Amino acid sequence: MKKEENRKLTVQELPVGDIVEAGTAVNFLTGSWRSQRLVWDKDKCIHCLTCWISCPDNSIKIAPDEKKTAVVTGIDYDHCKGCGICASECPVKIGAITMEQEKK
Amino acid sequence: MIKAVYSKGKLVAKTGNEVMAEAMRQIEPDVVAAYPITPATEIVQIFSQFVADGIVKSKYVAVESEHSAMSATIAACAAGARAMTGTSSQGLCLMWEMLYIASGLRLPIVMAEVNRAISAPINIHGDQSDTMGARDSGWIQIYSENSQEAYDNMIQAVKIAEKAKLPTMVTTDGFIISHCMEVVELYPDQDVKEFVGEYKPERYLLDTKKPYTLGSVDLQDYYFEHRYQLAQAMRDAKNIILDVAKDFEHSFGRKYDLYEKYQLEDAEIVVVVIGSAAGTAKVVVDELRAKDVKAGILKIRVFRPFPVEQIVKDLAHVKAIAVMDRADSCSGAYAPLYSDIISSLYSAGIVTPKVENYVYGLGGREINIEHIMQIYDNLRKIASGLQKPSSQVEYVNVRKK
Repeated sequence: MKKEENRKLTVQELPVGDIVEAGTAVNFLTGSWRSQRLVWDKDKCIHCLTCWISCPDNSIKIAPDEKKTAVVTGIDYDHCKGCGICASECPVKIGAITMEQEKK
Repeated sequence: MIKAVYSKGKLVAKTGNEVMAEAMRQIEPDVVAAYPITPATEIVQIFSQFVADGIVKSKYVAVESEHSAMSATIAACAAGARAMTGTSSQGLCLMWEMLYIASGLRLPIVMAEVNRAISAPINIHGDQSDTMGARDSGWIQIYSENSQEAYDNMIQAVKIAEKAKLPTMVTTDGFIISHCMEVVELYPDQDVKEFVGEYKPERYLLDTKKPYTLGSVDLQDYYFEHRYQLAQAMRDAKNIILDVAKDFEHSFGRKYDLYEKYQLEDAEIVVVVIGSAAGTAKVVVDELRAKDVKAGILKIRVFRPFPVEQIVKDLAHVKAIAVMDRADSCSGAYAPLYSDIISSLYSAGIVTPKVENYVYGLGGREINIEHIMQIYDNLRKIASGLQKPSSQVEYVNVRKK
């Protein structure tokens, strides 16, 4: 379903059953909900990707490095809600992710 | 007594539950998710035996509650499967939240529902309080007078649900139909499979080529339009139900409508009733007709969508009507069927019939020939002006001073 600008779809045009295009969560910036902000220490990170696979909001950014191996490249603060799962899943000996109070 | 009408049909003695399970076996849905113990009757338990014995290829999901049963059925249906379930009474109550999600997402789930009383006090016997409570949930509701209708309705429900894109429940009166053995004509498996056909959803979540979001947030800007679509789909479903009934008659020879007219054409006094009590009322009407009393019955088969336009045409000429509800709405006013009949008549400008409301049979309380005869006697007095119609709900066969 494609919404034209400034014009909302009518009953006849809308797909039935609350169907919308895939991946709409991208447009919904849930980062504003955050009270705890994760801090990622690039130097400590071993790129095991445990945080990436654990993140419920797909907010750990990854990309292939020169050896075509996936590495963590940063955090998507537009969508990260600050749930802290990544910080608790990050291996204890590594401790590359810590949580701190979100500043106003 | 049911007579064979289909050349390849077979007369068998089965309970209402058994024939509903038979219909499910023949339909062979992709997924059945259910909680197969009390308050549900043995419908899904029998079906789970078919799965265990390898008679059907359906995937059976045993869940921990009816809320989960409906959730799993919704998920299966959204994923692209033909999905069914079954329950009763408290089980339907526990599904409540999910009933609205099934209809809101326009998923064509079919449910076998046995009408049983709602607690408290605890009672497992027949009345229609459970599904009457779910009457505004956006589910099509088809009620059955006997086991044959239950079987036929289940088969039709699959096509109705998938064409209307609305979940559909088929009901029988608890114990009176569900647990009583009757003669039923079953059709061959292959013929039923051909009738229901293969389920081909336009869109389904497991279709990776066409990904989409289902069930997202829908606020002030779109929710209302989606609810309008749902209400309109329910209005449009009347024609779909009639089309499927026509196909069914063509295939198997049994005729169905939104409601059944029994001696209604020239009737002066009429009982409007849903479910098994219609069978009892037919005996009363036959006795009255033998004495030249113009008595008739309008038996509701499809309660949701409510056949408002059609009903008013068939009731306009009647002098006195008794609307019999096997559920009380505790609204401080009237019971559900009565309210719908009255608003149908009044909105069509038909105010001549005198209409009374009788609540009967709660918790499986007996409703016999003499009770219904008494109602017709009251109608005769009202029709001839000897008695004024009651202005409140009348309760049949309840002890009170």
